[in-house]
Amino acid sequence: MPRTVKDAVFVDGVRTPFGKAGPKGIYHETRADDLVIKCIRELLRRNPGLPPERIDDVAIAATTQIGDQGLTIGRTAALLAGLPKTVPGYAIDRMCAGALTAVTTSASGIAVGAYDAVVAGGVEHMGRHPMGEAVDPNPRFVSEKLVDESALFMGMTAENLHDRFPSLTKARADEFALRSQERAAKAYTDGIIQQDLVPIAIRRTAESAAATGLPAGYGLATADEPMRPGTTLEGLAALKTPFRPHGRITAGNSAGLNDGATASVLASEDFAREHGLPVRMRLVQFAFAGVEPEVMGYGPVPATEKALAKTGLTIDDIGAFEVNEAFAVQVLAFTEHFGLKDDDDRVDPYGGAIAFGHPLASSGVRLMTQLARRFEQRPDIRYGITTMCVGFGMGATVIWENPHFDGKKEA
Amino acid sequence: MTGTLIEQLRASGEATFPDEVVTQGQVRHLDLPGGAGRLALLTLDNGFDHTKPTTFGPRSLANIAEALDGIAADAAAGKIKAVAVTGKPFIFAVGADLKAVGSARERGQIEEIGRAGHEVFSKLSDLHVPTFAFYNGAAMGGGLEIGLYCDYRTVSSALPAMSLPECFLGLVPGWGGCTLLPNLIGPENAVTVIIENALNTNRQLRGPQVRKLGIADVLLEPADFLEQSLAWAGRVLKGEETVERPEIDRGAGWDAAVARGRSIADAKVGGAAPAPYRALEIIDAARAAVPGDAAARQAGFDAETAALADLVMGDELRAGLYAFDLVQKRAKRPAGAPDKNLARPVGKVGIVGAGLMASQLAMLFIRRLQVPVVLTDVDQERIDKGIGYVHAEIDKLLGKGRINSDTAQRFKALVTGSLDKSGFADADFVIEAVFEEMGVKRRVFAELEGIVPESCVLATNTSSLSVTDMAAELAHPERVVGFHFFNPVAILPLLEIVRAERTDDATLATAFAVSKKLKKTSVLVKDAPAFVVNRVLTRFLGEVLRAVDEGTPVDVADRALAPLGLPMSPIDLLGLVGPAVAHHVAGTLAEAFPERFATSDNLGRLVEAGKKAFYLPFTHDVDPEVAALLKVGDTVLTEEQVRERALAAVAEEIRLMLDEGVVAAAQDIDLCMITGAGWPFHLGGITPYLDRSGVAERAAGKRFLAPGVASVPV
Repeated sequence: MPRTVKDAVFVDGVRTPFGKAGPKGIYHETRADDLVIKCIRELLRRNPGLPPERIDDVAIAATTQIGDQGLTIGRTAALLAGLPKTVPGYAIDRMCAGALTAVTTSASGIAVGAYDAVVAGGVEHMGRHPMGEAVDPNPRFVSEKLVDESALFMGMTAENLHDRFPSLTKARADEFALRSQERAAKAYTDGIIQQDLVPIAIRRTAESAAATGLPAGYGLATADEPMRPGTTLEGLAALKTPFRPHGRITAGNSAGLNDGATASVLASEDFAREHGLPVRMRLVQFAFAGVEPEVMGYGPVPATEKALAKTGLTIDDIGAFEVNEAFAVQVLAFTEHFGLKDDDDRVDPYGGAIAFGHPLASSGVRLMTQLARRFEQRPDIRYGITTMCVGFGMGATVIWENPHFDGKKEA
Repeated sequence: MTGTLIEQLRASGEATFPDEVVTQGQVRHLDLPGGAGRLALLTLDNGFDHTKPTTFGPRSLANIAEALDGIAADAAAGKIKAVAVTGKPFIFAVGADLKAVGSARERGQIEEIGRAGHEVFSKLSDLHVPTFAFYNGAAMGGGLEIGLYCDYRTVSSALPAMSLPECFLGLVPGWGGCTLLPNLIGPENAVTVIIENALNTNRQLRGPQVRKLGIADVLLEPADFLEQSLAWAGRVLKGEETVERPEIDRGAGWDAAVARGRSIADAKVGGAAPAPYRALEIIDAARAAVPGDAAARQAGFDAETAALADLVMGDELRAGLYAFDLVQKRAKRPAGAPDKNLARPVGKVGIVGAGLMASQLAMLFIRRLQVPVVLTDVDQERIDKGIGYVHAEIDKLLGKGRINSDTAQRFKALVTGSLDKSGFADADFVIEAVFEEMGVKRRVFAELEGIVPESCVLATNTSSLSVTDMAAELAHPERVVGFHFFNPVAILPLLEIVRAERTDDATLATAFAVSKKLKKTSVLVKDAPAFVVNRVLTRFLGEVLRAVDEGTPVDVADRALAPLGLPMSPIDLLGLVGPAVAHHVAGTLAEAFPERFATSDNLGRLVEAGKKAFYLPFTHDVDPEVAALLKVGDTVLTEEQVRERALAAVAEEIRLMLDEGVVAAAQDIDLCMITGAGWPFHLGGITPYLDRSGVAERAAGKRFLAPGVASVPV
């Protein structure tokens, strides 16, 4: 049976404001599944042209698939969001690249014609599900020295990356982190980020209020909690390096422990046009790559090389990058490799995870919503990349094309 | 001034209501989406989960007042542009704490709490910024009312219950409900909520009806109810949403609504309970309280407070609270029931008989126990008819959307019929509903004993025969128990569980466990003639019939009990029960207690003539054919004399039943009369009424309940 590969497009993406994990965090008493459910509902409200019964699948990623992130969260979230019972769903996991993988997997389904439209997203409530909850690593990892013990601790892998590339100093990392905060603050001032945020009702019980000193009752989360406007280099320099004495990685030059969820709608381009849905980005190619788990932060480099090689594009063809800022050093390893300057305004122009936070499996779609906003603002850019490093030594890259591209070079 | 109110509430709360579960008024400020500004959100939360709903006692009101004072200051300072009120998960608020009402001893206390509610809630309507109530979950009484002081309301489509239950209990909605609700949704709809639903055994509104009646301005889905309520509020503030309110007819339309309320109240309580009439007076006057007319509104509030104080200091309300407590609490923990762990599992049920009662039982067992049910009878035609009835009932449930088609098929597959009783060989519970005659029933049980497993409970639905006698000749009389339902089985909640002389605890525990699964209110009764409800009703009807036999006109005798507000008149009740059954039960009781019970010759003549009632169908006109049958004396009593005699007889009988130990306490008699005969809350069943009217002391020598239990404490 002959068939043609279809173009998969990014129709729309939204996310919750990201919160800080822990008892004082805004989502301390909010369920993880509720976060992703509210994203799905917002997508349906924003895209009335999308008939809910035409959604072919719901792929939701979570790293720790336990409790309110378990029970095949894509299916349960679909039911709880009020999608018709005929719409299936599943759970997906590639740690930090969970939502990104939900997107690429769904998009592949679109490309072969198995899907017309899908919901893909991710959630991670690191307050309710701390990293490493209930993990049971095979003892062979240690006995056979398959990986260094540091591979399990992301902060240590980032320190390892500094070791591998001595030119990537703590000072450069801190400067990068400061810029991330400044760019994020500006993006908020310009109203770019808020467009894709779903306000979330948050509750603090009297008990939790007494324990934290925060006010009790219902509130509404409308902005990212982790942001630190007013960050200074001096302040950053003074922070502790928890992973190593006199190390380089601090709470300031890395993303924190966060709670949040994202969701997106992908569709075949034909379906999107037929239903009057926006086409914000066109998926060109994607690639995943493995690296030594001890330096997982290097993952985006081979993943991006691989994706570029498949398309015949070069790094010079890419006008916008959304690199997940798990650690500043990992972004710098990427930019250094591709000959980009530390402050290149093609990279994370609206700030990144250092400012907004990084609720592991949800972050991939945040990169996409920000890249889509960049595309909208910059019709002179034709191609963009979303890329991220992944635990246990992986990188993930998606190349996107800007449908608004007008062929003119910006003056 | 306000400081004084808050301090007063705290002080009086501590003094008079130390057990109050205190609700907090939690306030957080938030940014509304779309740049609509900052909103102060007040969450009403008592610190427990939804199993302990949020209530408003004195200290709770003080907390809400304090929260609203803070909000008023923030609004005045320009810190917020709007205010909203919502509840903890699943619960908005369920109003005044009934314990506080029950413990009130002085009129002044009630006036204070009535005025305090108005004053505290008015802090919302006095704000100069738009106010919203987000009805996220159950909202009753004062919970509904606090939202009426807001400018706008949203409601969750999953809201399970909203009501103003005050008239059901014997109160009026006294924190603004009578005055504000008709002015918001119109008098017609207000009468539906305040009178009709309340008097319809406290019928609840669900979210969509709350919207449809106009109590809420918008219906929102539960998944993101609070977020969308806030988004909606933001759009209202920005003028992107406009809210339409109905034009209210303050003339003839208002009159008609109040008149409809009166006719509902007359039909339900016949003037015997003051609460709905007081509520209607206030609703009537509330037509003057046009939004914006503060003086008229205050006049309405004052009338509410006065009515509340009168009612709380009246015995009808105390009896209502007592009755409510019986059906809410005592019904769930039957007095004298054995340890529930002794109960044996019931995985299959047998029913002997396939008549109407047996078919109703089959339906109930299938629906609630969801286990196989086998019907047996003497001929196939009757069995087919019984199964046909069950299938038709299942189809009705399916048609109403109460069950889906898979469940309907499952239920239908559960019921089978058989001419012989071999289908009972693996039954755990067999109930007989055959002809009401000792010999027949004994034969049935004897036959069953040879078939059913040793652990099987044998239950009888007899209404008047001795369960002990029925079991006497069995090898295992200890597994026989009385299981007496009331007709119609699906509607009357009562199940009298009869412990015969040799019934063992495991059998009794199994009976109670089955009853609980059937969602019945069970009361443990001794194996005494006609148990509780039929004995009381028969004694009572016997006095009415005696008056007729002696020469009092049927309609005079029948009207005698009207001032009690019973659900139906004695002669109507006789028609419902059927003269034959009534005559039979009277015969049984006359045999047991010839000094107090007798059969009525006139009733006997009706039965013989095959008449089903005294009256022509749907009238209170004596059927001329019946009139021709009656042979009466020449002693004509007044209504009052008949009433006095009937009530004295009832009091005497109940005293004797308590002395005989038929039930554990007078409370059980009342619970039986409420749930088995539909006797009203304002009588407290019956013993509170007999106490307060003095009949108990006159006819039975002493009260049934201590003063204060179901009457105003002295």
